[in-house]
Amino acid sequence: MTIDAWLKAACDDAERKGLPELKPLLETLARATAALREADHLIDRGRGES
Amino acid sequence: MTSMASSIEEIAAQIKSGAVSPVELVRRCLDRIEARLELNAFITVMADSAVSAAQVAEREIISGRYRGPLHGIPISVKDLIDVAGTPTTSGSAVPPRLATRDALIVTRLREAGAIIIGKTNLHEFAFGTTSEESAFGPVHHPKDLSRSAGGSSGGAAVALVEGMCFGSIGTDTGGSIRIPSAVCGTVGLKPMRGELPCDGVVPLSTTLDHVGPMARSVADTAIIFEAMQSPLETGIVDSAPPRPYVFGVPEQYFCDRLDRRVRAALTNTRNALIAAGHEVRTVAIDHAARTPDVYLHIVLPEASWYHAPLLETHADHYSPGVRLRLEMGRYILAEDYVRALHLGEVLSHSVDRALAECDALLLPTQPIPAPILGEATVDVDGTREPVRGAMLRLTQLFNITGHPAIAVPAGTTEDGWPLSIQLVGHIAGTRRLIQVAATVERYSTGGDGSVGGGTG
Repeated sequence: MTIDAWLKAACDDAERKGLPELKPLLETLARATAALREADHLIDRGRGES
Repeated sequence: MTSMASSIEEIAAQIKSGAVSPVELVRRCLDRIEARLELNAFITVMADSAVSAAQVAEREIISGRYRGPLHGIPISVKDLIDVAGTPTTSGSAVPPRLATRDALIVTRLREAGAIIIGKTNLHEFAFGTTSEESAFGPVHHPKDLSRSAGGSSGGAAVALVEGMCFGSIGTDTGGSIRIPSAVCGTVGLKPMRGELPCDGVVPLSTTLDHVGPMARSVADTAIIFEAMQSPLETGIVDSAPPRPYVFGVPEQYFCDRLDRRVRAALTNTRNALIAAGHEVRTVAIDHAARTPDVYLHIVLPEASWYHAPLLETHADHYSPGVRLRLEMGRYILAEDYVRALHLGEVLSHSVDRALAECDALLLPTQPIPAPILGEATVDVDGTREPVRGAMLRLTQLFNITGHPAIAVPAGTTEDGWPLSIQLVGHIAGTRRLIQVAATVERYSTGGDGSVGGGTG
């Protein structure tokens, strides 16, 4: 799932649950998730870590 | 009672000799609690049971059954930890769990003769760094009520500073023992991951949670730590004979943004150690800048897992900020959680490499002195940043990696705000870390608690 698709789905769900104040936090979390995924190359998938 | 010592080391000798009565000691602590109720340090004060336990301890000691240095010593327990017969509120308006038995670490403390004097206030469910989101009111800094005592074990540190107990038990998921210790000027030990059992402790993150001792000196911290360990485990950690130590300062990332007074305290400690014959070198922790992202993707979903049933039934009972963080965790994808766990292993090897030629890492515990309650952001060396992020920045990596870490006082600013140095030890090296910390304690405060950032 792409970050953009995830963020849209999460924000829609937060709105549905009556938690619109969650949106800015989810946007911050989306940036953190993007950074996390950028670090994926550090993991040696053969051994679990590098 | 004549002059009363403030350290466990000293008072234990007086208790053993009969010069000090455990009952009088407990009553003195209860008086101190009563004298500063405005600090909100305690949620539950166990006056009656503490006095009763002290009477039992006194009889045992008089009859020659002295158990050791914690016998008759008043200890406080963070109200995230079960103590039989009391509610474990977690600092929340969410209905508490009513503990029918002690957490394992509390059992061990009682077996060592400690007197449980009460349950201390905290940031709700340990999910914050300032102890201001608590259903029992914010914990206030003893020096200035408008300032935070740090968190989440804020009440535990305040209780020590104010003489309400001689030792405190806290928990640390991202720094919650070390942060309030730094902010209040006490010692706080986060042992190695898994070294002390979290049975009977309300979880925040089962991967990152640690339980540990807090006290007014490294020696007192060591006494409590020994009592909290299983007798079978005490032989596992290694130790090092006193000698010139090698310290590694991870300047990159950890020293990038520091209050000038914190930076000065680090420099002063570094110089004092070198002058005393120790070696201090610069080291690198590879990928350390990834820490906040990794941390977030572990702590949020794990916290949300525990709280999911409570959120369904008691969402309105949570503090708004805590509730939002818990709700946020429900959106993290499994693949990103697993990715974070793997990256945690990468970071763990980075810390091992940084420590390879060193006895301990040497870095500040907090980038700032005590923040103002109610403020969402703080100025750190000219940059505004979220208080929570700033307070976690120097501590949370070692929850991810599991290395033992200890906060040691490093004097005060010119206007009296405590400063703190953090030491990080090898895996399975907690006892050795404590030995090193006892050495650093002498130099970080110049022996009289006066050498801090204010002088640099």
